Amino acid sequence: MSKIAKITLALAAFAIPALAKPVTYLLPEETAAFKAGPDQELVQGNCSGCHSADYILTQPRGANFGKAFWQAEVTKMIKTYGAPVAEADVGRIVDYLTKATAPAG
Amino acid sequence: MMNRRMINRRTMILASASALVAGTGRARGADVPLPFDNGQRPLVKYPGKRPMIGLTQRPPQLETPFAVFDAGALTPNDAFFVRYHLADIPLQIDPETFTLDVKGKVDRPLKLSLAELKKMPAAEIVAVNQCSGNGRGFFTPRVAGGQLGNGAMGNARWKGVPLKAVLEKAGVQAGARQVVFAGMDAPVADGTPDFAKALDLEHARGGEVMLAYGMNGQDLPFLNGYPLRLVVPGYYGTYWVKHLNEITVIDQVYDGFWMKTAYRIPDNDCNCVTPGTAPAATIPINRLKVRSFITNLADGATVKSGTVRIKGIAFDGGTGIRGVEISADGGQTWRPATLGKDLGAYSFRVWDIAVALAAGPHALKARATSNAGETQPLEPLWNPAGYLRNVVETVRVTAT
Repeated sequence: MSKIAKITLALAAFAIPALAKPVTYLLPEETAAFKAGPDQELVQGNCSGCHSADYILTQPRGANFGKAFWQAEVTKMIKTYGAPVAEADVGRIVDYLTKATAPAG
Repeated sequence: MMNRRMINRRTMILASASALVAGTGRARGADVPLPFDNGQRPLVKYPGKRPMIGLTQRPPQLETPFAVFDAGALTPNDAFFVRYHLADIPLQIDPETFTLDVKGKVDRPLKLSLAELKKMPAAEIVAVNQCSGNGRGFFTPRVAGGQLGNGAMGNARWKGVPLKAVLEKAGVQAGARQVVFAGMDAPVADGTPDFAKALDLEHARGGEVMLAYGMNGQDLPFLNGYPLRLVVPGYYGTYWVKHLNEITVIDQVYDGFWMKTAYRIPDNDCNCVTPGTAPAATIPINRLKVRSFITNLADGATVKSGTVRIKGIAFDGGTGIRGVEISADGGQTWRPATLGKDLGAYSFRVWDIAVALAAGPHALKARATSNAGETQPLEPLWNPAGYLRNVVETVRVTAT
C-alpha cells in the first residue's frame, strides 16, 4: 500500500468518528454592559442573569419611557417572567434604569 | 433549566467580567445607525454568520443588513436573522443522539432520530420567515420590545418532512384540537414560561407545515434552529420553533404564556387600535401581512437623474403577489412594476421598474397587492406590541 493510501485510510478512520461528534457553537464574548453609577452592580446582579444589558439599553427613550415605564417593566420581569428580584431592591433598580436610559442632554 | 443558585453564580461571574472590562473600554465593530431614536447598533460577527446588525447578545438576536435583500430572492444562510426569547440556548447538539418526541393524544408516541426523519419522504418549500416585530423601531408612538429595523425577515428554500406525515405516523386520536411545539432552548429562571407555540390540528396536518432540517441546500445554521425547526409557511416567525424536539397533540386550546398572553394582536378587521390605546379583545398573531420593499436604493441615497432602475421584493401570507406599484412622487401617481420569477406563493417575489427622475428630491414608494386583494396602508397601523408593520415604506432619494 502506498504511503498516500495509508494516510488516506488513516484520515478516513478519523473522519468517521469525527462526523458523529456533537456540533458545538461558540458564542462571542458578551460585551454589553450597564453604565457605571450607583447601583450598577445591583442592576447587573438582578437583570443580567436572564438577559444581556442591551435588552434594556436599546429600548425607546423619552417621555413615555421614564420612571413609570421602568417600574412596569421591572414588575413584569418579576410577575410574568419570574425574575428572582427582592421587593426591597425594586425602587433602586427602577431609579437606576430610569437614569441610565434617559436621553443624553 | 437553571435554578436560582445557578443564576446567582452566573450573575457573579458576569459582574466580575464587566468590572474587568469597565475601565478598559471595548473594541466595537462599526455602528449601524437604524433610522429611529436610540437606533445605533453594532455590526457583530458570529460563527457561521457574516457581519450582522446586533440587537442583543444574550440570548443572541441578529438582524440582516438590508442590502442583503437586494442580492436575490433567497436570503443566504449566513445572513439570515436570528431571534431567541430565552437565554439558556443549546450550544452543543449531537445529531446522532438528537430525538424528536411526538406525544400526547396519539395512538403511537414516537421518538424519531434525525436519521429516521431524513429517511421519510422529503418536501421542499420556499417561504418567508418574518419576525412578528420586524420594523418595531419605526412605530409611532414607540413601543417596548426588540427595537428592530426591517431586517428581521428572510426567505429560504426549506427542506424537511411534512408535519402531516409525522402526525399520521403517530396516529392522531379523535378529539384532538391543537398541536404544541417546543424546542431545546429554555428559560434561565425557574419562573419564566418555557417557549412553546401551538397550531390548530387542521392547520398542523394541512400538508404545508414542515419539520425542516435543510435550508437553502445545507443543514440549518446553528442559530436558526439546528438540527430541526418548524416551518409554518405564511405565518409570522414566532411559530417557527427552533431546535424543535417536542410535539404534543392536545385535546384543548393550548393556554401557555407564549400563546395566551404574548404574541397577541387586536381582534378587529385591521388588527390595529388608535395609537396609545389598548385593544378590547385580542387573538394570537397569525398570517403575514402583505409587504414590499425597495432594495436597491437606501433612504437618503443620491442617484443620477434620468432613467433610474428601482428593484425590490414583495410577499404576503401565502396567496402570492398579484402586483407591485411604484410611486416616484410621494404616492400621488402609481405605475406597475414588472414581477420577477415566481418561487411560490410563500416566497419573496422580486420586482423591478425603470422610472424617470428629474434632478431634485424624490419620495419613492412601493405598494404590493396580494392575490387575495389585500394591499398595504399608506399610513401606519398601530398596535401596542409593535407587530404586523406593513405600511407603504418610503425611500427618499436625490437625483443630481
